[in-house]
Amino acid sequence: MHELSVTENVLAIAQRHAQQAEAKQVTAVYLVIGQLSSIIDDSVQFYWDIISADSLCAGAKLHFERIPAQLECQDCGQQYTLARELTNCPACESFSVKVLSGQEFYVSAIDIEGMNGTQINTD
Amino acid sequence: MSQRIAVVEKIMDANERLAATNLARLKAAGVVGLNFMASPGAGKTSLIEQTIRGLNGRYRLAVIDGDIATSIDADRAAAAGATAVQINTGGDCHLDAIMVQLALDQIDLNQNDILIIENVGNLICPANFQLGVHKNVLIASIPEGDDKPYKYPGIYRGVDALVINKTDLMPYIDFDMDYFRRGVEMLNPGLVTFPLSCRTGEGIPEWLDWITENVKRDA
Repeated sequence: MHELSVTENVLAIAQRHAQQAEAKQVTAVYLVIGQLSSIIDDSVQFYWDIISADSLCAGAKLHFERIPAQLECQDCGQQYTLARELTNCPACESFSVKVLSGQEFYVSAIDIEGMNGTQINTD
Repeated sequence: MSQRIAVVEKIMDANERLAATNLARLKAAGVVGLNFMASPGAGKTSLIEQTIRGLNGRYRLAVIDGDIATSIDADRAAAAGATAVQINTGGDCHLDAIMVQLALDQIDLNQNDILIIENVGNLICPANFQLGVHKNVLIASIPEGDDKPYKYPGIYRGVDALVINKTDLMPYIDFDMDYFRRGVEMLNPGLVTFPLSCRTGEGIPEWLDWITENVKRDA
């Protein structure tokens, strides 16, 4: 997918929430990415280091939480986790399956410093 | 000393909000919006030409054409009888809601009934960028091969209709329709499909009926 625009969106979200909290610095950003939402962590980190350089998020570490794709067979009810590619139900071989999880794609949290009197060394 | 703040915000949220604005604009004007996605060469422009010709006189069509360069596709849509706006993405491999918003500014929506957006030929990126339409349509084609649902699950999962173009080439190509359809069914159960040939016209009437039903329901 689009690692640069994804990274820009992540930065915008982190900046907005940091500003609302009157943070001086963002030290970490937590991303939740489902297995079916294809992005390449290394590329996001690469763009992140460049585009966040002059922002509140400069130096913030990106944490990726990967959610495995969990499927449920609509015929026999079997639940199974996808290994790599899409496969039909391992129990009854039905192709009628529903995605239970694995499509997540959001920023879950940020770590910030500098609010409520926390001392920040600005030297 | 740091503090954690819960955010829980979808990464594509900004685009999705803008897409919702685009859809509201179409609805206010009584225009049904369709987003055509496909790989390069699947027949998006040919299907648009067939659709314009098939609905001419009954409905007024506008087309937004997204391409990296040239106005070839918009010219073809205009020649077939539609109002056409070309967006050159200048290298971007997909359209997004902002580009569509700018293109909508160039169309008198009140003078149209159907808007077709021809996305950039690509099976990956367009799936992640909502544009703000009533229906997302994927156009597959026989020469692409029967394994495409398995290789590009994201785009097959997110669409409301699937056109299978170039059925006239079936006798010449090893395309296992059952295998293809099983993949589609797994990703998008019950998806409505339109096997057709833009070259021979086979299957086109059923496709036009589906569009007409959508116009009657949503416009």
